[in-house]
Amino acid sequence: MKLLELKNVTKRYGSLYALDKVSLSIDKGEWIAIMGPSGSGKSTMMNIISCMDKPTEGQVIFDGRDITKDSRKKLTEFHRDKIGLVFQQFHLINYLNAVENVMVAQYYHSMPDEKEALEALERVGLKDRAKHLPSQLSGGEQQRVCIARALINSPELILADEPTGNLDEANENIVLDLFKQLHKEGTSLIVVTHDPEVGEVAQRVVRLEHGKIVSDKKNDHFGV
Amino acid sequence: MNKRQRMFVRMVLASLLRRRSRMIIALLAIVVGATILSGLGMIYYDVPRQMSAQFRSYGANIIFVPKDGDDMTDEAIRKGIEVFPSDKLEGYTPYRYENMKFNNQPVTLAGTDFSSVLKTSPYWHISGELSDGNGGSLVGRKIAEKFGLSVGDSISLLNSFEITDDKDITGIPDYEIYTDPQTGEKYCDHSIDLKVSGILETGGSEEDYIYVTLADLGSLMLSDRSCDIVEVSVAAREDELKGYLDKINKSSYPLTAKPVKRVTASESTVLSKLEALVLIVTLVVLALTMICVATTMMAVIAERRREIGLRKALGALDSSIVLEFLSEGLVLGAVGGILGSVLGYLFANAVSMNVFSSAITFRPLLLPVTIIASVIVTGLACLIPIRSAVDVDPALVLKGE
Repeated sequence: MKLLELKNVTKRYGSLYALDKVSLSIDKGEWIAIMGPSGSGKSTMMNIISCMDKPTEGQVIFDGRDITKDSRKKLTEFHRDKIGLVFQQFHLINYLNAVENVMVAQYYHSMPDEKEALEALERVGLKDRAKHLPSQLSGGEQQRVCIARALINSPELILADEPTGNLDEANENIVLDLFKQLHKEGTSLIVVTHDPEVGEVAQRVVRLEHGKIVSDKKNDHFGV
Repeated sequence: MNKRQRMFVRMVLASLLRRRSRMIIALLAIVVGATILSGLGMIYYDVPRQMSAQFRSYGANIIFVPKDGDDMTDEAIRKGIEVFPSDKLEGYTPYRYENMKFNNQPVTLAGTDFSSVLKTSPYWHISGELSDGNGGSLVGRKIAEKFGLSVGDSISLLNSFEITDDKDITGIPDYEIYTDPQTGEKYCDHSIDLKVSGILETGGSEEDYIYVTLADLGSLMLSDRSCDIVEVSVAAREDELKGYLDKINKSSYPLTAKPVKRVTASESTVLSKLEALVLIVTLVVLALTMICVATTMMAVIAERRREIGLRKALGALDSSIVLEFLSEGLVLGAVGGILGSVLGYLFANAVSMNVFSSAITFRPLLLPVTIIASVIVTGLACLIPIRSAVDVDPALVLKGE
């Protein structure tokens, strides 16, 4: 069952094409890695999928609904309900502790619940660090808080932009293990990455170059 | 309070308390602004009172004189004085003038109340001391020079009057009766000995008089007629004084109250100019402070653009972000306003002590005014950068662009 469909999506900045008639279909529960060199249009695609940007042309159909024509407010509401974001730079609020950072996502989504937020932190192995400020956490721990924040509202899709870009190998493995677990539980994942190792663990790898999809392959080794 | 409201408070407090260094900078700007606003406000409202009190050192600003040749009775004077609020009445002094002789030369004797004279004439400079009323006198400098008098000397004042049927001279201790050889009229010379307690210097006409108590003057003149003039010192503005005078003059008291035009008019002019000056300074400083607070708040919020972008990426609506950041600003404004009110009072008091040598009157109304003004200024100062910050593209700021 399709979760997301991009139909001939073009994003133009003046005469520069960041995305050029890109079409892509993602099923529910699928784990996709979007790879490509800098300037290939990965981030633009991610911004359009996460409703933070709109295409110049084309359609984005999310869960059967064309969100291209939605107002900014509606897009925000839609994105809040459906998508969890994981960032390369973690983007935790530095004056809120780990559990409060998770609760912020609940606050904008529905009703903050500290117990649930603690459970989310427990899921990423950080319950004992719940009262620590981001400055008191390592990079890997911050990224795990970021993942806990992304999954707290049970989104249909987790969008991760270079989630392991700032992590060492040990923390990279922890994060990827978390993604595997989420995928097993049925969460759809789109991971934008430069890292071939991150790409290898995804179910499907989409490669972009100069704003166009140059390859779209299932990973033969997925789940092995 | 539901969980959502509790989280809102938790976020606002966390931002204020855990970002202490940033918040202290913002709070400092607000406190400085509120202090200046509150301090200058208090000075602005207190200057007239302080200046009025200062002007009172230049002498009385109202006089009571008899109405239509009637005697001003003590009762009428008391009722006239009661028209003035007690907190504005600096003092009042009666004067009775009589001519008599000293060393066979005419002098003017002024009977007064030594206990109140310095309240209405604080500019009097006395060498020696003010008479305690027990046979003492205050001699004007010119009279003292003319007769070579100094403190401690004795003077014998002579009152010479024609003996008429209505003048009872029995019981007068020191008197001498003689007959004018030309007219055949009988005269009584009555004298009184007084001690020079002090020499009075004012630079004015007061130096031409010898001041004694009303009682001593009464016994010398063999009559206790009422005084000729009462000088009144009231710490009030010209228009306010006019109201009091109208009330007295419309009454049936046998006296007329008049302003000492020279004093009241110049007081009013100086006060108006001073008030205008303080008002202009207050407004200019307030404007500068607003700019300072606004600039600081803009800087504090501008450096949180990434956080605003993140909140938007997490699904915050613009209105929600405005509310959160504005609430922080309003709490800061309120705290700054409270601190500023207290510091403003101390600042105004220090200025008042240095300039007027007296404490400032605390005006409770300025407390809420300062807090509200501080909250409004901070709120406005926050709104501008917040409005521009919520327009940021989260995709850009989260990418660090």
